[in-house]
Amino acid sequence: MQRTVSFTLNGKPTRVTVDDERMLLWVLRNDLGLTGAKFGCGTALCGACTVIVGKDAVRSCLTPIRDVAGKRVLTIEGLGKEGQLHPIQKAFLKHHAFQCGYCTPGMILNAYALLLKKPQPTHADIVGHLDDNLCRCGSHVRIIAAIQEAASAMKGGER
Amino acid sequence: MRTDDLSRRDFLSVAESGLFVFFPLEPLAAFQEPARLPARQGYPTDFNAYLRIDAGGWVTCLVGKVELGQGSKTALAQILAEELDVALDSVDMVMGDTDICPWDMGTFGSLSIRQFGPILRGAGAEARAVLLQMAAEHLQVEAGRLRVKAGVVADPSAPGKRVTYAQLVQGKRIERHIEKAPVKPVAAYTVVGQSPRRKDAIEKVTGQARYAGDMAIPEMLHARILRPPAHGATLKDVDTSAAERVPGVRVVKEGDFVAVLHERRDLADQALGLMRAQFELPRPGVDDQAIFDHLLKTAPAGQVLAESGSLSEGERRAAAIVDETYLNSYVAHAAMETHSATATIEDGKATVWASTQTPFPVRQQVAQALGFTPQNVRVITPYVGGGFGGKSSSRQAVEAARLAKFTGKPVQVVWDRAEEFFYDTFRPAAVVKIRSGLTGDGRISFWDYSVYCAGDREAKQFYDIPHQRTVSSGGWGGGNPAGLHPFSVGPWRAPSVNTNTFARESHMDILAAKAGIDPLEFRLSHLTDKRMQRVLEAAAKRFDWTSGRAPSGRGVGVACAIYLGTYVATMAEVAVDRSTGRVEVRRVVSAQDQGVIVNPDGSRQQMEGSITMGLGYTLTEEVHFKNGEVLDHNFDSYQIPRFSWLPKIETVLIENPEVPASGCGEPPIVTMGAVVANAVHDAVGARLFQLPMTPARILEALRRG
Repeated sequence: MQRTVSFTLNGKPTRVTVDDERMLLWVLRNDLGLTGAKFGCGTALCGACTVIVGKDAVRSCLTPIRDVAGKRVLTIEGLGKEGQLHPIQKAFLKHHAFQCGYCTPGMILNAYALLLKKPQPTHADIVGHLDDNLCRCGSHVRIIAAIQEAASAMKGGER
Repeated sequence: MRTDDLSRRDFLSVAESGLFVFFPLEPLAAFQEPARLPARQGYPTDFNAYLRIDAGGWVTCLVGKVELGQGSKTALAQILAEELDVALDSVDMVMGDTDICPWDMGTFGSLSIRQFGPILRGAGAEARAVLLQMAAEHLQVEAGRLRVKAGVVADPSAPGKRVTYAQLVQGKRIERHIEKAPVKPVAAYTVVGQSPRRKDAIEKVTGQARYAGDMAIPEMLHARILRPPAHGATLKDVDTSAAERVPGVRVVKEGDFVAVLHERRDLADQALGLMRAQFELPRPGVDDQAIFDHLLKTAPAGQVLAESGSLSEGERRAAAIVDETYLNSYVAHAAMETHSATATIEDGKATVWASTQTPFPVRQQVAQALGFTPQNVRVITPYVGGGFGGKSSSRQAVEAARLAKFTGKPVQVVWDRAEEFFYDTFRPAAVVKIRSGLTGDGRISFWDYSVYCAGDREAKQFYDIPHQRTVSSGGWGGGNPAGLHPFSVGPWRAPSVNTNTFARESHMDILAAKAGIDPLEFRLSHLTDKRMQRVLEAAAKRFDWTSGRAPSGRGVGVACAIYLGTYVATMAEVAVDRSTGRVEVRRVVSAQDQGVIVNPDGSRQQMEGSITMGLGYTLTEEVHFKNGEVLDHNFDSYQIPRFSWLPKIETVLIENPEVPASGCGEPPIVTMGAVVANAVHDAVGARLFQLPMTPARILEALRRG
């Protein structure tokens, strides 16, 4: 059904008038011009489209836009900018925890959700939390190292 | 955006000026390798094709290679910065744009550093020599007194005698040339050999990195194309009326090429779902069970790649004959980014942003499809979200261009995951037969190796065996008989070599076990190649390998290989659950000698990636199919490696500056099948002859004993 959906996108009040069954991924990419969330599988199997809604990492490819009405949505574009990167981004950068970079926004945002819930995750916590985010280049060992480093850097309480 | 950078720096409108002088330099000192420009199969010989220096001192490096994640954007910049003596941060890379980059055959085969590296080195060295000569004239100092650092030429003994490259060039094209300018000796390297921040790092951690499916052009339409249910199916009838009722949809029908287009991708998806099509299915054909017999029956005649001694003599000397057959399945590339392209046609010129490993061949294909001259097609390659050989084929670029022509609008094609599995150019299923003999004192007396359908790369034996023959039939490239494979096959990360290494290194272990000799010792005793001995010893040292006869119950294995000039040895430790057949790979150590190391951290990253990706074809990945239908559509049935599979990974890089840099993006992946198979055998005494080693196959091998 066509209707107006209001939500907070990367800190800014946002309103779209669309068929409210459309998936968040395509509204972000095609209607709002934010291409950081990627299409990888379309069926919540790969995690490339991961964004944060409220405090949770969700698969935007299977999240109808009506489900984010009144909520806060964070995409990779809202996490940090050059010069003021988020500690998770800094750690990914330092460890070169990416190769092709296509899964990277989803990895970073899923790590962000993990650290919100569990600021000092164990190795097993990280593996368990990220296990459904796929990376074909094989950057896994570096992603784990980056998240561990970000967790200790954030001990001071940054976000 | 890179194109904006270019116009800002304005190097395309360089003035035509300057002298055109060819100038021989002093004879080369013995340690100096000559620059390798002139003439390498189609690559331009004028260094200006590869680099521009603007008035602000920015260096633009132009290469036809593309950044797939392998890090060549950084490594190639390092090579140019080194030879040109400029700061790495002052080098801007422009890659894979057919209008402004020099021709290139494509980004594959670990060629970017091994084969293209020397060309770029030569270009940088010649430009530096010319600039030095220009500086000598400008400063009125002998060239021999001058030193260059970060693009500044100075006479260290005369303060004030200095000039920058930017001042010398003044934003113009450099029209002077020097033949055989010397390249730097490896010992003088200060940029090559370092691990700077990747040039794509900021864009990739901030989500700013653009891929072909991220391009947005006003009025652009997203296209979904009607696909047959099986390879070989033909379209009989299609009813598009329901799809056409989706507001804003456009339908294109040109023979069996039927597409729906919409300004929103998901609404194009919806319209596609409303199309009613009838296909005539192909006659029943081969499936993933019957494929191996089919390949053996259908493979073309074998070609002898190597032969020495006499197999019959070797057989006479054998105390035991070991004759085995190894199988591997079709494997998908499964890059996270599906094949994507955005195309627009303006004033008779097509521009296509494509996720491709081969922008120049794609230009030809698009030109042919549109009836344009290649000059009227520009292919731009943004970041590519993984290739692994799969984006050497870029059908989606042609589709987007055709639809842009039909509709008169910019068109984006982004395959969904099922299309990706359907049109992938799989790593071919293959069979290897090895017949061999062992003498009473533990020597291999003969080796008769036949590979079917994997391809001949690195099939030849490197162990010392007096009587041997290597035969290959069929491969991953062209030239296969029609009907050999039920769908397209192509290069998959280290083509041929995953299969050939699995077979050779598994067989070496069988022979070692039969001889009652530790598998590392057995290999070393059949090797005179110093580089191979060295990587094996380096891996063993890091792994803390202790001698033992397999199966020792410890679950350790070894495998080694040469891949296009790079040497690699891998050791692994596994645990096998005898009740479920599940294999857990606990630790992998890989040692590699790739000659000169351009970027140590990048090399390790590639090794880690190869090891991790290699777990997939080793343990789970195989394409299921029947009667032309690909039964895997997504990551549910086709399982690729995950975080929970990760072993402890350790990489060892061997310094070998005497050998030119060779590729490092692929080598360890080739050892993964055999090293795990050998470790599984060592753990439980069961030998796996087929990849992937699924739990069902492990249980079957355990039952067989």
